[in-house]
Amino acid sequence: MNSQYALEVEALSFAYGRKKALDNISFQVAQDECCILLGPNGAGKSTLFALITHLYNSREGSIRLCGYDIKKQSLKALAQLGVVFQQTTLDPDLTVIQNLRYHAALHGLSRKQANQRIQQELERFEMYHRRKEKVRQLNGGHKRRVEIARALLHEPKLLLLDEPTVGLDMPSRQGIVEHVHALVKDKHLAVLWATHLVDEIYPDDHVIVMHQGKIKLKGGVADVLQKTQCGSIQQAFNKLTQEVTA
Amino acid sequence: MKILHYWRALWGIIGRELWRFIYQRERFIAALVRPLVWLFVFAAGFRAALGIAITPPYETYILYEVYITPGLLGMIQLFNGMQSSLSMVYDREMGSMRILMVSPLPRWFLLLSKLIAGTFVSILQAYVFLGIAWLYDIQPPLEGLLWVFPALVLSGMMLGALGLFLSSFIKQLENFAGVMNFVIFPMFFMSTALYPLWKIKESSEWLYLVAQYNPFSQAVELIRFALYGQLNQYALIYTASAFVIFMILAILGYNPSKGMMMRKAKG
Repeated sequence: MNSQYALEVEALSFAYGRKKALDNISFQVAQDECCILLGPNGAGKSTLFALITHLYNSREGSIRLCGYDIKKQSLKALAQLGVVFQQTTLDPDLTVIQNLRYHAALHGLSRKQANQRIQQELERFEMYHRRKEKVRQLNGGHKRRVEIARALLHEPKLLLLDEPTVGLDMPSRQGIVEHVHALVKDKHLAVLWATHLVDEIYPDDHVIVMHQGKIKLKGGVADVLQKTQCGSIQQAFNKLTQEVTA
Repeated sequence: MKILHYWRALWGIIGRELWRFIYQRERFIAALVRPLVWLFVFAAGFRAALGIAITPPYETYILYEVYITPGLLGMIQLFNGMQSSLSMVYDREMGSMRILMVSPLPRWFLLLSKLIAGTFVSILQAYVFLGIAWLYDIQPPLEGLLWVFPALVLSGMMLGALGLFLSSFIKQLENFAGVMNFVIFPMFFMSTALYPLWKIKESSEWLYLVAQYNPFSQAVELIRFALYGQLNQYALIYTASAFVIFMILAILGYNPSKGMMMRKAKG
């Protein structure tokens, strides 16, 4: 690790043709930090994730993962990264363990290492006994658990979660929120979590509020409440995202 | 250590493709039924209408079924190449292409591995088809069955690379129907898969030119000659060059800053 930050985004801008999706964005996520990226649909969260995962390149600004520049040292940077995308990315026709082994192979793990890590991560989620079932047979919450387990197989320093709880029932959502927050403490993991559901935020979390491609506010939960003079994050979020539209 | 990583990833990608192939039996059956219908119905019907003169690599007069067999092997690979590109479009919509793309390996390697895996599956199908054709009395020399392997590797890679390149700019799944109509059918019909070049020339000069320069024709000729233990050097060079060109275009198409991914994102 050659930086105190797991993720550094600096002066990042991105446009689809003339339409600006991200406008001069800068922020950092430190190790052991759970950073919640709040924003309504169309705020630019998905574009930001596509840039961090190197699906596109930006011409303006920079992204560094554990000090590695995503454009210049993309392979080293990507090795630090675990991702859970918004849509499920498991192969429904394969079993849980086949999906996980595929991912382990892409990250260069040996069969032995892969089996050890798969057991470790699935047990954490109480999913190890279901490893031989086809993904198609799992419910939404269980698929998400497998996806988070998969993202952790290669022991990344930064975990990106793009609205992972969308479409899940309340207990599944709660389970995932609790689990990810526990991971931050136990594994000293940095997490960047995009969502528009404020009840997923814990008091210790960092919050970034995005709207129309810009960062409206960033800081700890207490900071945000103080700066916006609001009683709750929901109020602060409404205030910050409605001001501009009005 | 690095080489080991590449090796494991390649086998991971091939393994995934094989499991999908095993689990999706309908896909395998569909891939076999298509050329078999052509062989048993179309070719049988044309047998009387179409005489094939002695042309290399054949040393005697042959039945139309014998002529059409290499073309049908090409057809299996053409559909497979396009279908694996369909799965790329589908994968990307489902996001599992993104999982592949965020793994810490160069993009060209990931695309090439995906291509090798798809070709592997198409060769399995081709051999099963040859087995059935054998029972139907289409029996090329035994060593031909061995020589056809490298030819199938190259033709499969070339057609797969074409599919990969097309998939880099197909925006939605529905558009694949267009690819069927505008790529698969013209490529197949305007080639030497169904009729030899001299026969095409007799009826239409322009069709002859198209068929001659159609990379699918050259892939079919490469397979045809290999099946009879011969090497068609022109077809080999042509197919290999087409592979390199399509592969470069596909890599450019999936490049994060230059490719079509950005344009796709706009929509």
